[in-house]
Amino acid sequence: MSVVIDASDLDLTFQTNDGPVHALSNINLQINSGEFVSFIGPSGCGKTTLLRVIADLEKPTGGSISVNGVTPEEARLARAYGYVFQAAALYPWRTIGGNISLPLEVMGFAKAERAARIEKNLDLVNLTGFDKKFPWQLSGGMQQRASIARALCFDPDMLLMDEPFGALDEIVRDHLNEQLLKLWAQTRKTVVFVTHSIPEAVFLSTRIVVMSPRPGRIHEVIDCNLGDDRPLDIRETPEFLEIAQQVRVGLRQGHSDDD
Amino acid sequence: MKERSGASSFLYDRVLPVTAVVTVIIMAWYGFAVLLNAQFERDQAARAGTEISNSQLVQNTLSQKRPVLPAPHQVANEIWKTTALKKITSKRSLVYHGWVTISSTLLGFVMGTGLGILLAVLIVHSNVLDKSLMPWIITSQTIPILAVAPMIIVVLNAVGVSGLLPKALISAYLSFFPVAVGMVKGLRSPDVMHLDLMRTYNSSQSQVFWKLRWPSAVPFLFTSMKVAVAISLVGAIVGELPTGAVAGLGARLLTGSYYGQTIQIWSALIAAAVLAAMLVMLVDLSARVVMGRMGMVR
Repeated sequence: MSVVIDASDLDLTFQTNDGPVHALSNINLQINSGEFVSFIGPSGCGKTTLLRVIADLEKPTGGSISVNGVTPEEARLARAYGYVFQAAALYPWRTIGGNISLPLEVMGFAKAERAARIEKNLDLVNLTGFDKKFPWQLSGGMQQRASIARALCFDPDMLLMDEPFGALDEIVRDHLNEQLLKLWAQTRKTVVFVTHSIPEAVFLSTRIVVMSPRPGRIHEVIDCNLGDDRPLDIRETPEFLEIAQQVRVGLRQGHSDDD
Repeated sequence: MKERSGASSFLYDRVLPVTAVVTVIIMAWYGFAVLLNAQFERDQAARAGTEISNSQLVQNTLSQKRPVLPAPHQVANEIWKTTALKKITSKRSLVYHGWVTISSTLLGFVMGTGLGILLAVLIVHSNVLDKSLMPWIITSQTIPILAVAPMIIVVLNAVGVSGLLPKALISAYLSFFPVAVGMVKGLRSPDVMHLDLMRTYNSSQSQVFWKLRWPSAVPFLFTSMKVAVAISLVGAIVGELPTGAVAGLGARLLTGSYYGQTIQIWSALIAAAVLAAMLVMLVDLSARVVMGRMGMVR
C-alpha cells in the first residue's frame, strides 16, 4: 500500500474581516491508497477545509502536504480526484447524462467514449435509464447518486466526498451508504469522506479521523475495520457499537477543552 | 379555488381580466375625451350665441376634427384607414412608417445586445475593466437621450452616414445598458460550488465560460433583452424626430404635432405601443423555447 495523501504540520489561517481564523492547526495525517477514511467532528473543526486543501480548493498557510507524491495543485491539474459536494450541484440546464458528460467534455473524451462511460457509471449508481431526465425530475437521493457518477466517470484514483448525504433523510442515507460501500468494494478507490454522523463514519470507514474545533485539529485517529462484508445490520453488533462509543468519547474530549 | 379545465381556465384567468381592464380604460378614455374637448364646444356655441344641449355636447366632443383628446373610435378609425385601406408603400400608411421604425429598432437592438454582452464578458473577466468601465456605462444612461439624439444624427450626417444606421445607433445606445448590467449579474450568478466543480476538473477559463457562466446567464439575458427591445423602439422613435420628419412613427408624431393632428399622433402612439408589445412578446416566446430546451421550464 502506498501513501497517497501525506500531510505534516499542516496549518491554515483564514484572514477575515473579524481577524484571523485558525481553521487548521498542526495536521499530521497519512492516507494510504485503497483506504476509506472519514473526517468527523463538530462544525467548525476544519474537516471540510482539510478536504478542500487536499483538493487544492484552499491553500495551506503552513506545513506541507502531498497528494499522489506531488503538490495538491499538480494533483488537481492531473485530475487525480473526483469531488462530491454537500449538494448534488448538478447543472440544471443539463440532463443527468449531460451532467455526467461534463467532466468528460472538459477533459476531451471522444463522443462514443463519453456515451459508454455515462452508461457504465449510471449503472454503477443504479440510475440506468435516467440519462435523459433533467435534475429537477429526480429526488434528492437520486441527484446525489448522479453527482457520484459524475465524480467517478473519468476514473480518478481518489474520491473526495464532503458530507455528500448530509442533506438527505435517514432512510435514503442508509441506502446510499450501503451502495457507496459496494461501490468502494468494486472500485477500491481511495475515499476521503467528511461527515458529522458517527454511525455513517463507523459503517463506511477503514479509519476515522476525529477532529476538534478552535483551532481545527486532529484529536484522534481510530482504526475501524469491520471486514469487507458489511450489511446494515452490522450496526447492531458489539464491535460496531464499541467503535462508535470510542468515536463519541473522542468527540466529547475534543469538545470539552473549550467549555 | 376549485380547479378549472384548460379552456375555461384560459377564459377565467386570462380573457376575462384583460377584457375587464381594457373596458375600464376605454370607458375612462371616453370620459376624459368628453371632459377635455367640451370647452371647445362651449366656446363655439358661445361665439355663435347658441345654447348647446348636453347630448349634443357629448356627441360633438367625440367627433371633433382636432380634439384635445381624440375618442377611441376616432383613433381606431384612423388606424384602420392608414393600415388596411392604404397601400403599404404609401407615405400615409402606418404600416410603412411602422416598418421604417421597426427595422431600425431591430438593428439597434441587435447591436445593443451584442455590445452589452461583450461589455459584460469583459467586465466579468477583468477586475480593471470592472472598475473602469462600469462608471462610464452608468454615466452614459444619465445623459438625456433627447439631447444626444439630434447630435448623433447631425454629426453622422455630416460624415455621410444617414438613414437607418444613425437611428439604430441611438437604439443601441439605450439598449446595451440593461443587457450589460443583466449579463454581468448573469455571468456572475453560478454559485461557488458550481465554480469549484469546474476547478476540480482543471477546466480552462473558456470552458468555465461556455459550460457554466454562459448557460447560467441565459435567463438573465432574456429578461434584460425584454427591457432592451422596448427601449430600442423608444430610441428609434426619438431618433426619427430630428431627421426632418421623413419617415417612421417618430416622423408621424412630429408631423402630427406640427399640424395639430391629434388623431394622427394618437394613432402613431397606439401603433408604437402595439409594436413594443409585439416585440416584447417575441422575446418572451424565444425565451420560452430556449429555456424549454434547456430544461429550465417545468
